[in-house]
Amino acid sequence: MVLLTRTAGALHRRPRLRLSLLLAAPLLWLAVLYLGSLTVLFVSAFWTTNSFTSEVVKVWSTANFRELFTTPVFRQVILRSVGVALAVTVLCAVIAFPVAFYTARVARPRWRPLLVVAILTPLWASYLVKVYAWRLILSEGGLADWMLKPFGSSGPGFGLTAAVLTLTYLWLPYMILPIHTALEQLPGNLLDASADLGARAGRTFRSVVLPMVLPSVAAGSIFTFSLSLGDYITVQIVGGKTQLIGNLVYSNIELNLPMAAALGTVPVVVIVLYLLAMRRTGALSSL
Amino acid sequence: MQLSRSARIALRVAAGFGFAVIYVPLLLVLVNSLNPDRSASWPPPGLTLHWWSVAWENSGAREALWVSVKAGLGATAIALVLGTLIAFAVARYRFFGREALSFVVVLPIALPGIVTGIALNSAFSTVLEPLGVGLGLFTVVVGHATFCIVVVFNNVVARLRRTSGSYEEAAMDLGANTFRAFVDVTFPLVRSALLAGGLLAFALSFDEIVVTTFTAGPGVETLPIWIFNNMTRPQQAPVVNVVAAVLVLLSVLPIYGAQRLSADTATGSRV
Repeated sequence: MVLLTRTAGALHRRPRLRLSLLLAAPLLWLAVLYLGSLTVLFVSAFWTTNSFTSEVVKVWSTANFRELFTTPVFRQVILRSVGVALAVTVLCAVIAFPVAFYTARVARPRWRPLLVVAILTPLWASYLVKVYAWRLILSEGGLADWMLKPFGSSGPGFGLTAAVLTLTYLWLPYMILPIHTALEQLPGNLLDASADLGARAGRTFRSVVLPMVLPSVAAGSIFTFSLSLGDYITVQIVGGKTQLIGNLVYSNIELNLPMAAALGTVPVVVIVLYLLAMRRTGALSSL
Repeated sequence: MQLSRSARIALRVAAGFGFAVIYVPLLLVLVNSLNPDRSASWPPPGLTLHWWSVAWENSGAREALWVSVKAGLGATAIALVLGTLIAFAVARYRFFGREALSFVVVLPIALPGIVTGIALNSAFSTVLEPLGVGLGLFTVVVGHATFCIVVVFNNVVARLRRTSGSYEEAAMDLGANTFRAFVDVTFPLVRSALLAGGLLAFALSFDEIVVTTFTAGPGVETLPIWIFNNMTRPQQAPVVNVVAAVLVLLSVLPIYGAQRLSADTATGSRV
């Protein structure tokens, strides 16, 4: 007991000591274990592999990155991945906007909290189960085929379209929520003022609502874009033979880890560039 | 903004479509678990509970569930400790690198899972294997904890920012020492934030597949890994259907719990 009191006193007098005790374990974990592993990985992107033994040769070389930009397959896959991420983002925004507008502005105030929960709940459903659901929908003779049969066509089957649809489904709530919050916080008197000045609904929407909600769309897009760019499981399950960056990284791990590391830097760099671009819209502060 | 009648109706229809898109796939998973057929063709030829009892007997799924629970509890425990420590340091002290620290905490969840996965995988195999420790449940827990820290941190730091340090100071003025002030004042203040953060961390770990793929040793199968491995086997399809349906049903629980704990923590902090 005396010891405890003494320790307490000693700690109280030395805020720096308190701080270092607080930070010792987390820093060991995050800075040493996590950042350390990441650094080693990115350094290893500059190593090469002996093509006969698959052993890593620890000699500095930029060969992997040269290969990355000159091999047509790699270039194609990188462009396709960025394209998929952008397509998913646009689709999410298009679907999310009316839903958020309804939940934040049109629905009765009493129902709004419940609707927010309805948007949130699917976030808790397992990622894999949601992808599996789309595997069921898009499989031969599945729900998609059944629904499109009366129109004389069939579902898209497994492939690039299926991957885009599934990724859109997975990340949609991340887009709805920020837009909902922004629309909800939109001051009503701004809208009244706009109407008083003679603007109709369409004009008010373009000149008042949209500019104020755009940072939140950008915030949502950070999730939809970066989550899509790094994904490889969804593509494996519903993408047929489609390959995205993640799949290339995955297929290189066993035989050529340095190449996998070099490929892995691509989504990281693209995501950082995207974040920097979005920062200009003020998206980061509305996260 | 005065919306015309037709605009309101259009919005209603669009929102209805949006919610249908969100919920139809989940309902399909539920219905499909009652499908007597092994194929996923629609509509199902009938409904049966037969596969639910088969799934209940399935030892692979049960073991995987147990592994997932153990990994989730381990990762949550570590994340609670580390996340809270960082939250206190960031919220109550000013020091060099404070901003950088808040950034590094988010990094494991912001970077693609496969990057975190292979980084940890090669670190484990170079550092642990010479020590005779192979990949296994332990490495899964370490991997999961790394990206779970952020949700605990977010919840606790938000709480600490809203409650100033003056409560603790008051307690100390009244004669409580550092520990006493923590136990009697600080801890009760952050308790519900810890619960919410822990819940989120567990859910995050329970659902994770990519980092698990690279940190689990042979024979260690969490539930997502089990589903992934069995998804494409027609023989196992009915059992996978039931497991998927159970997970959909379970996902309602945490949202209810988190909503009750605190309205602010449930919304923004899944990420």
